[in-house]
Amino acid sequence: MSSRIPLPYAPRVLELFQNPQNLGRMEDATIVSSAGSPACGDMIAFYLLIDEKSEVITKSSFESYGCASNIAAASQLTIMIENKSLKEAWDFTWADVSEALGGLPSVKTHCGSLAVGALRRAIRAYYKEIKNSKPEWLPSDLSKDEKHALEEEALADKLKKKYKL
Amino acid sequence: MSNVEDLLEQHGKAIKEVYLDWENGTRIEEEVLETMKPFYLEKQFGNPAITHRVGWETYDFYVKAKSAIAKPLNADPQSIALTHSFTESNNLAIKGLAKMNKKRKKIIVSEVEHLSVIHTAKSMFKEDYKVKILPVSNDGTVNVDILQEELDDETLLVSIQSINHEIGTVQPVKEALEIVKDFDEKIFFHTDATSAFGRIPLDLSKLEVDLASFSSNRILGPKGIAGLYIKDGIKLKSIYEGQLSVEILSPDVENPALLAGFAKAVELQFSQFDEIKAHTTKLRDKLMYGLHTSIERTDVNGPAGKRRAPDNINVSFLGCEGEALTVESSMNGIYASSGSACTSRVLMPSHILTAIGRKPEEAHGSLLMKVNRLNTEEEINYVLETMPKVVDRIRSITGGIQI
Repeated sequence: MSSRIPLPYAPRVLELFQNPQNLGRMEDATIVSSAGSPACGDMIAFYLLIDEKSEVITKSSFESYGCASNIAAASQLTIMIENKSLKEAWDFTWADVSEALGGLPSVKTHCGSLAVGALRRAIRAYYKEIKNSKPEWLPSDLSKDEKHALEEEALADKLKKKYKL
Repeated sequence: MSNVEDLLEQHGKAIKEVYLDWENGTRIEEEVLETMKPFYLEKQFGNPAITHRVGWETYDFYVKAKSAIAKPLNADPQSIALTHSFTESNNLAIKGLAKMNKKRKKIIVSEVEHLSVIHTAKSMFKEDYKVKILPVSNDGTVNVDILQEELDDETLLVSIQSINHEIGTVQPVKEALEIVKDFDEKIFFHTDATSAFGRIPLDLSKLEVDLASFSSNRILGPKGIAGLYIKDGIKLKSIYEGQLSVEILSPDVENPALLAGFAKAVELQFSQFDEIKAHTTKLRDKLMYGLHTSIERTDVNGPAGKRRAPDNINVSFLGCEGEALTVESSMNGIYASSGSACTSRVLMPSHILTAIGRKPEEAHGSLLMKVNRLNTEEEINYVLETMPKVVDRIRSITGGIQI
């Protein structure tokens, strides 16, 4: 067991923090979702523009109230899902995001997880609210990253109660 | 994981750099280093506990240097135990006292103590100690009325810091001490004076605390050496075992070079005490109120005026996450720290900012900066010019997310 605290960032995290790709609100988004909470210091809003015929993500963007890893993870994910089908986008995991960022240290893995959680929420919401149908590949049960987002939000509620807000 | 050098290359270096993270890391001055050098290379490098010429020469220096360190505290040099850090001093004060006084099993500390006090006190739970945590007001001042209520015949120790390290609150130590001693003289009183040493007068012949921690690095002396004042007659037990040495409570091989650096830093800080206080107070107010007026939705954390440490600036920029803020500041050459959850390993916001009633999202947006005798007005001007851009950029990433 090493006594060294792992380095928080790979250069790619800093690169995307300096120059985030696909940042900002999307006015014509097909679907919007969010994950996390300001109380936890980590919140992502995710915007998807979906071509309804092909079910391909033609454009996506994000806003982030979070640390540099959080910003980079959200930005990286928007790059990864561009021109991907909803099914392909769904299959990206936090480990894929982390790998693309050059590896997130364990204490920051939840940042990658939160971005994936927000994206999956958006995909789920698209089928539920717009398509009113669920494709076979979409699991009925919440995935690990969606649950993570819920856990983080539950933690925020706990914090709020603790500090009587 | 990539190489740190690649990360630094990606980061780049700003045209101007201003270091304000004195809370987390300090450097020494050339003069201090020069004072230390001969003790590494030429003279009095021996072990002061050994009976030969080099040992005695070292002992002679040791006694004189300790006198120099005790002087600004107006304390007997014999009452100063040298340790390796203020963390060790705080551990020694609490655990070392408990080991010698096993009848009473209640420790009272404030909610805003340094974690080296809070965690040490809480570590006594497993030895059946009761630990009471005193609340603070919204500027961080310890509530002494509740202290009065908590005192009983079980109480062994009360530990209240002299100045809060994060929001600069000057604590009512004198008042708390009187309350404790009026109730029962046998209750011990410790103050963690780490953030007060060299900032406000601490005359321990008048402020009769039993134990006081202070440190070399916080007055720009070398890291790795600190002190614990122990009032005459109070017995502590060492918290770790080792060989017999001059420092009975810190059994180790003494380091004369660090001691020389510590003594020199004391000389530099205290020979210009009033000038440094005036200088830092001026920079503090310029920076803190400058940020408050020039950047919207900015709150000051902690008290104002004389009740605030002369070197402490702590503000919250709402709508900014603090870790991102420190990284963006860094890219602009400004080095500071934040009480945000993401800067800590436990992913919880600063226990001090939440203790004063800051909402988690206010704590997440906090920035802690300290000024000392090395900082200049020109540096503060640069920070004031630059921070609005830094905050704007982080807020632009937050975008429409409602905080």
